[in-house]
Amino acid sequence: MRPRLTGYAFITPAMLLLITFGVLPIAVAMIVSLTDMNLAGLGDWSRIRFIGTDNYAALFADRAFWQAMGNTALFAIVGVPSVVGLSLLIALGLNSSQSRFFRALRSFYFVPAITAIVAVALVWGYLFNTQFGLFNHLLSLVGLPPVPWLSDPVVVKFSVVWVAVWRGIGLNVIILLAALQGVPREYLEAASIDGASRLRQTVSIVLPLLRFALFFVTITTIIAWLQFFDEPFVLTKGGPLGASTSISLFLYQKGFSASQFGYASAGSVVLFVVIAVITVVQLRARRADVDY
Amino acid sequence: MSTTEIRRRRRVRPGVIVIGAVLAVGAVLTAFPFLWMIFGSVKPRSESVAYPPQLLPQEPTFEYFVELFVKLDFGRYLVNTLLIVAICMVGLLLMAAAGYGFAKFAFPGRDALFFLVLVTMMIPGQVTMIPSYLILNGLDLTNTLIGIALPMLVSGFSVFLFRQFMTTIPDEVIEAARMDGAGEWRIFLRIVLPMSGPILAVQVVLTFIAGWNSFLWPLIIANDQRLYTLSVGLSLLNQQIATNPALQMAASTLMVVPILVVFVVFQRYIVQGFALSGLK
Repeated sequence: MRPRLTGYAFITPAMLLLITFGVLPIAVAMIVSLTDMNLAGLGDWSRIRFIGTDNYAALFADRAFWQAMGNTALFAIVGVPSVVGLSLLIALGLNSSQSRFFRALRSFYFVPAITAIVAVALVWGYLFNTQFGLFNHLLSLVGLPPVPWLSDPVVVKFSVVWVAVWRGIGLNVIILLAALQGVPREYLEAASIDGASRLRQTVSIVLPLLRFALFFVTITTIIAWLQFFDEPFVLTKGGPLGASTSISLFLYQKGFSASQFGYASAGSVVLFVVIAVITVVQLRARRADVDY
Repeated sequence: MSTTEIRRRRRVRPGVIVIGAVLAVGAVLTAFPFLWMIFGSVKPRSESVAYPPQLLPQEPTFEYFVELFVKLDFGRYLVNTLLIVAICMVGLLLMAAAGYGFAKFAFPGRDALFFLVLVTMMIPGQVTMIPSYLILNGLDLTNTLIGIALPMLVSGFSVFLFRQFMTTIPDEVIEAARMDGAGEWRIFLRIVLPMSGPILAVQVVLTFIAGWNSFLWPLIIANDQRLYTLSVGLSLLNQQIATNPALQMAASTLMVVPILVVFVVFQRYIVQGFALSGLK
């Protein structure tokens, strides 16, 4: 075998799969979004009609779509700063000592991130339960009335965000800790010899050096919140009355519960464009940041 | 004495004790739902719906674990989940091969193809979900284990990580093996893979976790109950929340405990993996 062909031989299996399920779907979504494809069309392609941009027009006139977009925006606005801020505080705290005790503490923060969402969402559903749940019991102990955690249209948004923040922190703590370990110790020692306080060292030396990691964490967290799905799906199915339906959940419901593939594809193309725009804007901002 | 030992013996600052205490409280709060789950899984029904709720079970029972396997089909879901994890490990080899191809061979179109790999890292799963379903439906692979596994086999991120790592393997080693007459696949399996130990370990752990926990995709593609994975089976127990929380907690425990074991054993590699990905 000649080396040149060998290169292709090594990459071909993975590339075929990656293109089939990573790149091709974008093209398929764009095409399907211009048709009225539904369950009937799935079995018999002759029943699919080309309807141009009707799906997009219908989508933009759909109140449920805008409700899901609004919810997703709210989730991201509340969730992203909470996750990034808390992850940074926890990572800085965990990094303040290398003792065995601190190492052991790390695991506790990581665990929610690696366990199955379905399992943890069920546990949270149990804790949130209005009849025999723990949270309302704790509130009653301090004389507060019970809270309808998952059945009130306003409260439910914050309940699902709470669970997602709890789960989202672990991964970012790992990334930030890895970055913190790359901060050269000599810088901090030099600063402390010069009399800089711990806080001063953190603000003036550590945070600037963490810029890339913080940028990475922020951008991946934003994308994760735009794709927010699991928590509302398992905890509330998007209810009550769509109050916790994210855009991903909306797409799932249209695509797989209602089998409106064309309509749902139009929605996923819109989601793709939104995520692409946000990513490009962030990358631009990052470039400007490096240039100064 | 190593540097970490010197650090450990240094006088502990009072600030660190306060930080440690705050972090410890946070850690207990973070882990609390898991404690609740594990204790909840051995409560008899009357205790699990009792008010006020108690953390510790008074009369622990394992009847719900038995029920999961005897009355419900969780044995089958467990086998399906393990099969998916096994298939994903095959995918890992394909991704390692691709990483090696990109790292150590020059061929026309390589950079363009690698750019494609990077692009796929940015495309959200929910965008590809419906088209992937349509593609698999076109191939008659819905409702098959292969159909569940295929889209999960490769990820751009893993190919990227493998490539980054394998670029650091010296060309001389590979050349020497070639001189000795070793075939290309033999070089890959016998030399390159063993030299990629650290990155391989990370990816095996992450692949295990991802395969074990996979939820949305198996939910979409498997309508046949015989193909359900643990997470899909578990989500169907959701309807019983009002009636039998203990059964759900038992099933949740079944899903979470193996991951906890894998994590505790391999957590060193997980942290290392993120350090390796160039974020330090």
